[in-house]
Amino acid sequence: MSWQTIDRTTVAEEQLGPGLSDAVRDKVRGFFPRYATKQAALLPALHITQNALGYVSLQAMRDIAELLELTPAQVLGVVSFYTHFWTHPKGRKTIVLCRSLSCELMGGKAVKDAIQRQLGIGEHETTPDGRYSYMTEECLAQCDDAPCMLINEKMHKRVRAEDVERLLADENNDKLDIPRSDLFDAPPEG
Amino acid sequence: MPYEKILMKHFGVPNSTALEVYKADGGYEGAAFALKLLPEEVVDFVKEAHVRGRGGAGFPAGVKWSFLPKERDITYLCVNADESEPPTFCNRVLMENDPHLLLEGILVAGYATRSSVAYIYMRGEFTELFHIMQKAVDEAYAAGYFGENILGSGYALDCYIHRGAGAYVCGEETGLIESLEGKRGWPRIKPPFPAVAGLFGKPTVVNNVETLACLPPILARGLDWWKSLGTERSRGTKMYCVSGPVNQPGCYEAPLGLTVRELIYGEDFGAGMRDGNKVKAVFPGGISMGVLRGDVFPKGTDGDVDTTQDFDELDCKLDFDDVKRYDLLGLGTAAAVVVPENADMRDVLHNVARFYALESCGQCTQCRDGTSWMYRIAQRILAGAGRPLDLDLLEELTQNMGMMPGMSICGLPDGAAWPIRTLVRKFRPELERHIADQNSDAAERCVRETNAAAYDLPILGDKAATLAPGAAT
Repeated sequence: MSWQTIDRTTVAEEQLGPGLSDAVRDKVRGFFPRYATKQAALLPALHITQNALGYVSLQAMRDIAELLELTPAQVLGVVSFYTHFWTHPKGRKTIVLCRSLSCELMGGKAVKDAIQRQLGIGEHETTPDGRYSYMTEECLAQCDDAPCMLINEKMHKRVRAEDVERLLADENNDKLDIPRSDLFDAPPEG
Repeated sequence: MPYEKILMKHFGVPNSTALEVYKADGGYEGAAFALKLLPEEVVDFVKEAHVRGRGGAGFPAGVKWSFLPKERDITYLCVNADESEPPTFCNRVLMENDPHLLLEGILVAGYATRSSVAYIYMRGEFTELFHIMQKAVDEAYAAGYFGENILGSGYALDCYIHRGAGAYVCGEETGLIESLEGKRGWPRIKPPFPAVAGLFGKPTVVNNVETLACLPPILARGLDWWKSLGTERSRGTKMYCVSGPVNQPGCYEAPLGLTVRELIYGEDFGAGMRDGNKVKAVFPGGISMGVLRGDVFPKGTDGDVDTTQDFDELDCKLDFDDVKRYDLLGLGTAAAVVVPENADMRDVLHNVARFYALESCGQCTQCRDGTSWMYRIAQRILAGAGRPLDLDLLEELTQNMGMMPGMSICGLPDGAAWPIRTLVRKFRPELERHIADQNSDAAERCVRETNAAAYDLPILGDKAATLAPGAAT
């Protein structure tokens, strides 16, 4: 229910978290020539921020607001609208499991149970060792290979509940075998 | 294959995403032809071809372009690659295998509309696909198909990929524009239409991926060839998707007018059901377009279609018109998901209702509240505490939502109401049977379950337990 916004009293109690580095700011500025307004660079900025920090912290929202000449509330409004952005820290790898009709008919619920049992966490939670976070998402448009799930950027097709243990133990389960573009990646450190 | 492939021509060709492979088979010739014409001539050409939009509404692309004001300084082209309708994946398959076909279509459409920038709005979940498309865009820039003075015509077009971040409603054209502008993806009140005041307040055209991919072959091979495909009102081919427990789930190209039965059982398409199951239900055009009864029901005696009777409806033709006879909202994305006979329709109802409740943008009351009500009722029925009245309540709710009663900004509530309404109408006997068979003390258990779920938001963290009704206060 994307129309529900963050409970403001909860926000005030939380830590502000890390802010944006100069390199991230420069990368975001690189998107300005693409659009007629600075505000339009907000989604790219959030993608880059989440890539750099692992999530979109409150301090990052303030920094982005300053950079794009918005109010922090406007940035928060956008962050809370889209399911891709996390407002609390997540693990190194994010598992996104499809829960739409095709995947559910093909055994998606069993895969969901297997993942939750294997990791011992619920939705939007992170394992204690910080390795995995887990969430479900509506249709990932891979219905011909249902049930499917993403581990970071890698799409895993026709996942069966009995494969889950082996899949999660594999160190390279998020490696892509195609050339990547670093357009929305965090800038390299240093 | 019995049909000539047009959009899926390069599928299976080794390294089909590379520019040199695309060019070797006549790539960018359609665009080269278009750039020799005047922009207005290209618009007339596409109007004459009667390319109906493949995104769901079926509005002719050329006519859409002609709504742009005559006098304009800047025009934007937005490409709708926010394919989020379950269970649709034809755009993904197209871009994955033949990204340059889309880019050539963008060049043609950009030239025809005199656009200066084209934005490909790609949904955030397309992760691998983003890298494929970005590589193709870089290649096209390097080869001079984007940038300044394209192919010596003096025309300049920039093409950028804008990544979304997971919101179904951004597939609606004004929602897409708002999202591109860096706001919440809330659809706008129309008028003004995007053709007059769209992205950044400038005239804007929004076209679907598949629609644009149709353009290069038409320009390269001519109108006569195109007009020989499909019927008068539904011209050309369509990429059909079929998923669920069929033997060959996937994306298949055929002229418009394929029947659902062919799509499921045809050797060149779905190739029948797994384990010899029968079909209980099919959502033939993406879930928003409504549901058809499958072949577990007996065949009707005569040719007439009567959706009030429990007859097999798989003979529905998938084009822009025939679907209406079967009480469907439209062709939609022509992506069928097949529900087998051993599935429980309560699960299906729950899954569909949840999707809309979670994806409603929340601007219009009847959509925001209506979809959440439908979801809670579906949860109640699934938990075994349904009431016979619930089915009537669901039907009444669906009649009071959406643009057709004239109460909403965008078409999402129509798309939310229609599958629920047809599902309740067409599968009422089964749902009633489940409700009659319920265990009576399930109701009490269910109250907590349904209400806790309504507060099941990650953002609230452990506060959810204290907010749930019935918790100690």
